[in-house]
Amino acid sequence: MTVPTGTTVPTGTTRAPTRRDRAYDVARRVADPEMPMLTLEDLGVLRGVEVDGAGVVVAITPTYSGCPAMATMRDDLVHRLRDAGFDDVRVRVELEPAWSSDWITDRGRRSLAEHGISPPGPAGPGGPVALRLLPTRRDLRCPRCGSAATEVTSEFGATACKALYRCSHCLEPFEHVKEI
Amino acid sequence: MTDRSTHGAQAPSHAAPDPNAADGSIFDGLLGGDSSQWAFGTDFEDPLAGVDTTVPDGVDAHDLAVYCLMLADDALVASQRLSEWCSRAPDLEEDIALANVALDLLGQARLLLARAAAADASVVPVLPEGSPVPPEDALAFFREAGDFRNVRLAEVPNGDFAHTVVRLLLLSCARLAVMERLAGSRDTVLAAVAAKAVKELAYHRDYAGRWFLTLAQGTDESRRRLLSALDALWPLQGELFGSHAVERAVADAGVGVDPAQVAAAADVVLDQVLAMSGVERPARAPLAGVSGRTGRDGLHTEALGLMLAEMQVVARAHPSGRW
Repeated sequence: MTVPTGTTVPTGTTRAPTRRDRAYDVARRVADPEMPMLTLEDLGVLRGVEVDGAGVVVAITPTYSGCPAMATMRDDLVHRLRDAGFDDVRVRVELEPAWSSDWITDRGRRSLAEHGISPPGPAGPGGPVALRLLPTRRDLRCPRCGSAATEVTSEFGATACKALYRCSHCLEPFEHVKEI
Repeated sequence: MTDRSTHGAQAPSHAAPDPNAADGSIFDGLLGGDSSQWAFGTDFEDPLAGVDTTVPDGVDAHDLAVYCLMLADDALVASQRLSEWCSRAPDLEEDIALANVALDLLGQARLLLARAAAADASVVPVLPEGSPVPPEDALAFFREAGDFRNVRLAEVPNGDFAHTVVRLLLLSCARLAVMERLAGSRDTVLAAVAAKAVKELAYHRDYAGRWFLTLAQGTDESRRRLLSALDALWPLQGELFGSHAVERAVADAGVGVDPAQVAAAADVVLDQVLAMSGVERPARAPLAGVSGRTGRDGLHTEALGLMLAEMQVVARAHPSGRW
């Protein structure tokens, strides 16, 4: 059975957790290797957990095509689920629909900000992609001092999903998760 | 290929390093014996693990595979050229930006090479029996220059930063237009790869467009270099929108895009950049092919062979190597 991301074990019911519930509960706590303040569920890359006979099949999606962390996510999922007693664990890639920064949960956004990383704004609408020759205007605040006086240093940062910013008030550099 | 990754349990690719081993070091203990933290970025991973790669009805599997190689090779070769800037870019931010663009293109190339191999295994070079090299790597590292299907614009040497900006602008305008349409492909794998690529290429095109504008409106020297680069690369631009028989065949079958059909859309964007920058569209004629053959047919400049020699040498020295 497949359950959409974000679905958690129902609380307040008397139903005993199923094997699938237990597997999901383990998988959703695995941390992202590049932004460990986020779980894979918070980042929106955990796309489903299915119980398949004796095994567990976990679906994940890459944030960017070249995301170098996919192998580590896979290894971490296998490792944690094994520790929890699931011996036959498989991880499959789900390419469709393509990941969007809109899938980062509210809890994930709070966690990013608490760790000094500016969370993404809403991703643009679909349809034809417009050329943007002027610096992208984003409504964001310095995660350290809260000032809105910020300037973009580069649209590309230390990982594929982040841009580099500098706060004009406290002068500290910070990272911003890009909208895609 | 998919079988290996989707059937049977997967194990972490490396054992955790042991600080007490004869060749161990004190740093190995920092990992706490957790092998899952040891494989970072070192593992071969099937980028299409568990993805349904059935070829849609009415599609010639070989044509589909060759078409995927065309899209993959443009990205792979451009990625390799961009990677040559690592530690050599004008400043740290551009170094990081070019490496990011290269990484996105490498990711697209991996997915497309894996899709080519899954559509028709006959395009994959044969390696020694028992070789653990996956098909996507066999395609990247064990094909000769004449088997690469990229446009020649992707392979010519980097030149200066202005050349790299111009090339990236021309490539990303064309590729974004192709990928926007390819997102509607009947082949669900290509459609998914394209939908993701559109989001990435939008950033690449903006980056190149902004630098084009900056260099054109910067100093006399930056403008001189930009115009010189545009003049030098322009003869290779037309090849991006040439329509190869394989591209027409897959477009007719509803799985691919004939680039000639998106030339107008890409031109509109390029003209916007040129107009904002105060730069005329060059009048230089396209670089001819040889007997009608160009990059899409495997006809390349000398530069590709030299680039591949460097890119492929380690893999070729160890055809049965495990990385």
